[in-house]
Amino acid sequence: MKKTAKEKRVLPGFGLSLGYTILYLSLLVLVPLSALVLRSGELGGAGFVEVVTHPRVLASFKVTFRSAAVAAVANVFFGVTVAWFLVRGRFPLKRLVDALVDLPFALPTAVSGIALTALFAHNGALGAALARVGVKVAFTELGIVVAMVFIGLPFVIRSVQPALADLSRELEEAAASLGASRWQTLWRVVMPMLAPSVLSGFTLAFSRALGEYGSVVFIAGNMPMRTEIASLLIITKLEQFDYAGATVIAVSLLSLSLLSLLAINGFQAWTAKRFGQ
Amino acid sequence: MKKQDKAKKGLGFWENAVLGTLALAVVGGLIVLPLGVVLKEAFAGGVRLWLASVRDPDALSAIRLTLMVTAVAVPLNTVFGVAAAWALTKFKFRGRSLLMSLVDLPFAVSPVIAGLIFILVFGRHGWLGTWLSEHDLRVVFAVPGVLLATLFVTFPFVARELIPLMSEQGSEEEQAALSLGASGWQMFWRVTMPNIKWGLLYGVILCNARAMGEFGAVSVVSGHVRGETNTLPLHVEVLYNEYQFTAAFACASILAGLAIVTLVLKTVVELKSGRESA
Repeated sequence: MKKTAKEKRVLPGFGLSLGYTILYLSLLVLVPLSALVLRSGELGGAGFVEVVTHPRVLASFKVTFRSAAVAAVANVFFGVTVAWFLVRGRFPLKRLVDALVDLPFALPTAVSGIALTALFAHNGALGAALARVGVKVAFTELGIVVAMVFIGLPFVIRSVQPALADLSRELEEAAASLGASRWQTLWRVVMPMLAPSVLSGFTLAFSRALGEYGSVVFIAGNMPMRTEIASLLIITKLEQFDYAGATVIAVSLLSLSLLSLLAINGFQAWTAKRFGQ
Repeated sequence: MKKQDKAKKGLGFWENAVLGTLALAVVGGLIVLPLGVVLKEAFAGGVRLWLASVRDPDALSAIRLTLMVTAVAVPLNTVFGVAAAWALTKFKFRGRSLLMSLVDLPFAVSPVIAGLIFILVFGRHGWLGTWLSEHDLRVVFAVPGVLLATLFVTFPFVARELIPLMSEQGSEEEQAALSLGASGWQMFWRVTMPNIKWGLLYGVILCNARAMGEFGAVSVVSGHVRGETNTLPLHVEVLYNEYQFTAAFACASILAGLAIVTLVLKTVVELKSGRESA
């Protein structure tokens, strides 16, 4: 043990690379982020509470968290379906579909935003069809959900895909040979084994959706109290030169999203322990 | 061998048909259609109008700024990524895992907040605001702010690709090179670099795509000065909000083209390095 530690130090460049890493990290990330935390205290406790309990701010948090949760749940269904097909299905252009899945990562969010708006507006290709059955997407909360589904889809697919590929087919065959039906095998054998990767995909999609701005603002309509997301409210406050208000909303959004991530991770650890995975 | 295994995992005909239809509907409706809409709207007025929109002086200056910011941000974060991965994977020291999570921190910060923090430091009422205005320097609502925001959001890309790769590779080969008399730099360029080149390239491709396409963070710090601090994604927004839809989609189609190039390069690198889809 001691020997390996000594051997490792034989390589050159420890001081230089570590020093540079810490310096660059501090200047670009740690100092600016500490400004956010420190300056949110400027208003004092009462001022902080006053900002975050303002009806418009509360409404924006509600819209943001609700849409992100709905989108992440939808993404679990869409994502598992697509991942399943990509791992086990047969299709001549599968490789192309597989590459296209990453488009939401690669496409600039402003471009996704205006494209989704054009697509789902009342005269757009999908919007017109949906309007005929009485569903309005663009400039409603449903539009926010659609944009968040778009941006979160690859997270679920890319988390589930490797887990599904590693899944041993023998277990399924064993279940089948013991008399389980296809559905029983699916729900009792396959789904529990996929659960951790599905949950981590859900978490990634959810947290990305909470902070998403570019792809959402165009389709959202941005009506205060109804379709205004928290990120947009931060920008609105900044445009009114209300830096303290913007900072307070930003800190609350950041802590709320970290808390929900912790909660999901805690749940994941709890289920893993309980079901021995 | 492995391929045969996979073929055995296939679905029955009807299962494949149903699942395939559902999956293609999801990918088609959510991914292919939006991409198609961009192209359709971009060329709605014909090629000539597309060219005119793209050659507009404000559009050209937005393209120049985007390229310039990317040309600075990507190399800086690449050097950082290699340095960080070297320190974090080849040595053991106290606080290593803390440092590793701090490197990933910018991914947990949403774009708008990433822009806001630079306003809190460099803005008029920021920590350095008075000092900057006394010296007649501008950071936010100017090009340096755009650069800082881009650096922040693309910060972890290269490091996060290299860290798992380099910790898996260990350091035996480097130690062998040193014991055979190579200098530190010779070891780095002739042993480490060839080992990490695909991972590094992969990280650079992702970093580059995000740098060119970042919208939220840059939008907060740029101040939207036409012809000066508008990057290409911001220019798209300005045109769109002015109801110049064809011009907005024309500029967006350049960015969509870049995204497709990114996906192609990424797929090529994945195939070359023999990795499964990441």
